[in-house]
Amino acid sequence: MNINSIRRRTLLGAGLAGAAALAMPAVLRAQDRSLKVGVYGGYFKDSFDKNIFPEFTKATGIAVESVAEPTGEAWLVQLEQAARAGQAPADVSMMSQVAMLKGQATELWTPIDMTKIKDASNLLDRFINKYPDGRVAGVGAVSWYITLVTNTNVYKEPPTSWAALWDPANADKLGLLALVSNSFLLEVTAKTFMGGTNALDSEEGVLKAFEKLAEVKPNVRLWYRDEAQFEQALKSGEIPMGQYYHDVTGLAAADGHPVRSTFPKEGGIQDSGCWALSRASQKVEEAHIFIDYMCQPAIQATLSRKVGTAPTVKRESTDLTDKEFAAVSSDIEPIIPRYDLYQTKSDWLNQKWTELIVG
Amino acid sequence: MRREPPQNIGDYAPLLFPAAMLTVFFVVPFGTMIAVSFFQRQQGGFYMPAFVFDNYGRFLSAFFGGVLGFSLMLAIAVAICCVVLALPFTYLLTRTARSVQVIWLVALLSVLSLSEVIIGFAWSTLFSRTAGITNVLVALGFMGEAKALTPSFGAVLTGMVYQALPYTVLVLFPALVRLDPTLTEAARTLGASPIKAFFTVVVPALRNTITATLIMVFIFALGSYLLPQLLGRPQHWTLSVLITDQAIYQSNMPFAAAMAVFLVLVTLGLVALTVIAGRRGEAA
Repeated sequence: MNINSIRRRTLLGAGLAGAAALAMPAVLRAQDRSLKVGVYGGYFKDSFDKNIFPEFTKATGIAVESVAEPTGEAWLVQLEQAARAGQAPADVSMMSQVAMLKGQATELWTPIDMTKIKDASNLLDRFINKYPDGRVAGVGAVSWYITLVTNTNVYKEPPTSWAALWDPANADKLGLLALVSNSFLLEVTAKTFMGGTNALDSEEGVLKAFEKLAEVKPNVRLWYRDEAQFEQALKSGEIPMGQYYHDVTGLAAADGHPVRSTFPKEGGIQDSGCWALSRASQKVEEAHIFIDYMCQPAIQATLSRKVGTAPTVKRESTDLTDKEFAAVSSDIEPIIPRYDLYQTKSDWLNQKWTELIVG
Repeated sequence: MRREPPQNIGDYAPLLFPAAMLTVFFVVPFGTMIAVSFFQRQQGGFYMPAFVFDNYGRFLSAFFGGVLGFSLMLAIAVAICCVVLALPFTYLLTRTARSVQVIWLVALLSVLSLSEVIIGFAWSTLFSRTAGITNVLVALGFMGEAKALTPSFGAVLTGMVYQALPYTVLVLFPALVRLDPTLTEAARTLGASPIKAFFTVVVPALRNTITATLIMVFIFALGSYLLPQLLGRPQHWTLSVLITDQAIYQSNMPFAAAMAVFLVLVTLGLVALTVIAGRRGEAA
């Protein structure tokens, strides 16, 4: 009886281990060295799992366990809470700029030693995230654009300017991002109507931008936090216009959906993700090897081709053709978000923003 | 079975387990939340242990008062709709054959297995202009052209009632099954119509159950944060949506905790009022 129950348990354990191994093929191949890498869940992660991580393991012998991270600052909160307990749910994570700055405030990121990154000279300066004292907090992973997207069945002609969001003809037709720190609509307002994002330097300037932005409200049908919600509505034409990610829209169009992404004449919003290392992680060396690998122009080009992101290295260093580059980027000068505002004035901006859209 | 009052400390031992569970899974987290609600927010960072009232101060404004008022109103509306729909339904269900009851209960339980996300997306499709129910009405000639029914207050209310209705039925079901059938029979013998008997005998006899069910659905609905986002406009967002925003997206745990503590206190207050009012009504 006793022996039987032990046997059952052993069997059960073996079964569980087997199931776990099947569920995580990356771990099954695991060598002694491994690294947990956080990337945005869904399409992004699938693409990395398929096109990038296996090659990395082949080249370096370090197994990658990819972790699906939620967008925005939700992951930052989880990393921070875990680091306080000495845990790292992921060693290296792809983090947005606002999250990078907030993580800096608590020294969440282990400084990156740039001498270990061979291709550091190719990186564009604006994609290297630094602590105020000059230590490197994060290294550019990918950059992407938020553009003006439309359903081609509803809009035969693409819009040319962000001002289309304010057009009374578009009443109840827009889908916009719901948070001040991920929609960057203040910057869009400033660039479109106030001569540039410098107009946001003063509090009065920000208030004026809010005032102008309030005029958009009657046109907005959906303020979305969840990307899938807007993507589905855009494809069906239920919500035929809005702001969305250039890369995902391009992929949807390539799949035959009636959608298009347009760089307005004021420029698309350029945001980027950095590779950052949690201070709770013990895998400092592996993390540097990983970041070094990801900075190679050839890998950046692969990302552009397969994931649709814009490279964070100088364009000349890659072998992207004009056509390939145009598919992921634009010559129009981008709108660069005022990340500093989201750090120094985040609560005030958030309060004003919530009152604007909820009130 | 004999029932005796506990004689010594050992007799209280079986209570230790639930007490430990309650402490670990309720008292400790709730205590942590109260503590965090007094912590000092560091803008652009996280928070530091402190004892400040700033977080509560920020909440006490007309804006958040309005959001709180709307959340309570929405939860009350959901509770009333659910009970009004579920009470006659459950009453009729208890009078059907056993096999019919089983089928209905299994169907209701299967609704419970749906996640809030699925319910939200399903209703937003049903209420959409391009694929929604208005297209059926157009095909039948009742409407001129299809239109979107979401986002709107009606859509939020429908989604939340749909989600809470199975719970309501399952809570009411045991009480209605146990209801003495001779009560209604007596009413019928004395000449009351079935509907009159339902309202003058069944409903008053179940007054306590109905109150308890209302409170349960109210509290259940108060926590909803996904359906108002998926089916409503920003003015239909509940306080729970704003709490989530603060906790997850703004990493402002102290303010989120303060709002949550406030919500819990207001809820407890309302429940206490209901119970006291119920007692008064009984005494009168």
